[in-house]
Amino acid sequence: MIYLQLFLAFLQIGAFSFGGGYAAMPLIQAQVIDRYGWLSMADFTDLVTIAEMTPGPIAINAATFVGNQMAGIPGALCATLGVILPSCLFVSILAYLYNRYRNLSVMKGVLGTLRPAVVAMILAAGLSILLSSIFEGGLAGMMTAFRSASASAALASGFRWRHLLLVIAAFFVLRKWKKVNPILVMTGCGIVELICYLI
Amino acid sequence: MSENRSKIKTLRQLFLSTLYLSAFTFGGGYVIITLMKQKFVDQLHWIDEDEMLDLVAIAQSSPGPIAVNGAIVLGYKLAGIAGIFCSVLGAVIPPFVILTVISFFYQAFKDSAVIQSLLAGMTCGVSAVIMSVVFDMASGIVKGKDPILIVVMILAFICNYVLKVNVILIILFCVVLGVVLTLIRTRKEAEKS
Repeated sequence: MIYLQLFLAFLQIGAFSFGGGYAAMPLIQAQVIDRYGWLSMADFTDLVTIAEMTPGPIAINAATFVGNQMAGIPGALCATLGVILPSCLFVSILAYLYNRYRNLSVMKGVLGTLRPAVVAMILAAGLSILLSSIFEGGLAGMMTAFRSASASAALASGFRWRHLLLVIAAFFVLRKWKKVNPILVMTGCGIVELICYLI
Repeated sequence: MSENRSKIKTLRQLFLSTLYLSAFTFGGGYVIITLMKQKFVDQLHWIDEDEMLDLVAIAQSSPGPIAVNGAIVLGYKLAGIAGIFCSVLGAVIPPFVILTVISFFYQAFKDSAVIQSLLAGMTCGVSAVIMSVVFDMASGIVKGKDPILIVVMILAFICNYVLKVNVILIILFCVVLGVVLTLIRTRKEAEKS
């Protein structure tokens, strides 16, 4: 039952992504790649890139995309419904409690402890994306290359130096000019890569 | 009758405003909160500044996308359950339509070498953006100088990335830890006073 699976997978993503935005990324990766194998790492990387370039929350973007890929528009509806249902329930309960007690100190305490874990997991998901972009096949591809007989030759063939340079350059720009629009940086990287391809 | 009509007008305006905000907000939750404030506090005067702060607190404390959470609080406040329905629908429709169209063309996209190289380049940019965001968040935690939180951050990374522990288990563990720590802290403060 693909519809039910989509609904339940995205229900969990909706229910456990605290902190908005990138916090959903490790959960999407866990469900969509590791657990169900609905997307390959390359597809997931494309999805995150597309989600960054289009408006709307990454969780909704992912639900719509994965649902559509797996089971068309009804699948997308099931996944999207799953991802927003926990929000509807949790926000209503929290708004009720808040109106009653005007105090969210326990919640704030819990979120304070959750934040470092969320940062760590965003880093882990980000590293997967980074590695798959600078190395053919990502971490797994790198490991295979290391294990093979002529490790250095295999490493050299799978390694994308230009991508590594692009990442470093983009990171430098983002750190140096804090106010720069990230979408501009991403588009710039895309155009540089495209020009290199066309030349 | 006129009360009915004004309610329908509120619902329609609610739907159109969240639709508009959702369609033009690039860059995630924190951006949309700022835009919501401009629209609903400064422009439409539907809620005041203090209520907006409460709204942000609730939206950020709940799981799920911040934009959707904010839309739920606002919709409920203005028009009850029907309000939630309209504002959430408004927030979800733009990304749903856009990603459905992209998903439809994705296979063709994927086979085009031009699009592929464009996407590959943009992914490098995305990696850098994520690393930059993580850098800011992590240095915020390190600067807080709470040893427990720093240990949580390092352990969570090892558990997630090296040991491949289930993400949901890590989150649940931190929720329990957070409750325990908060209870200990409030008890200490009560003893002091």
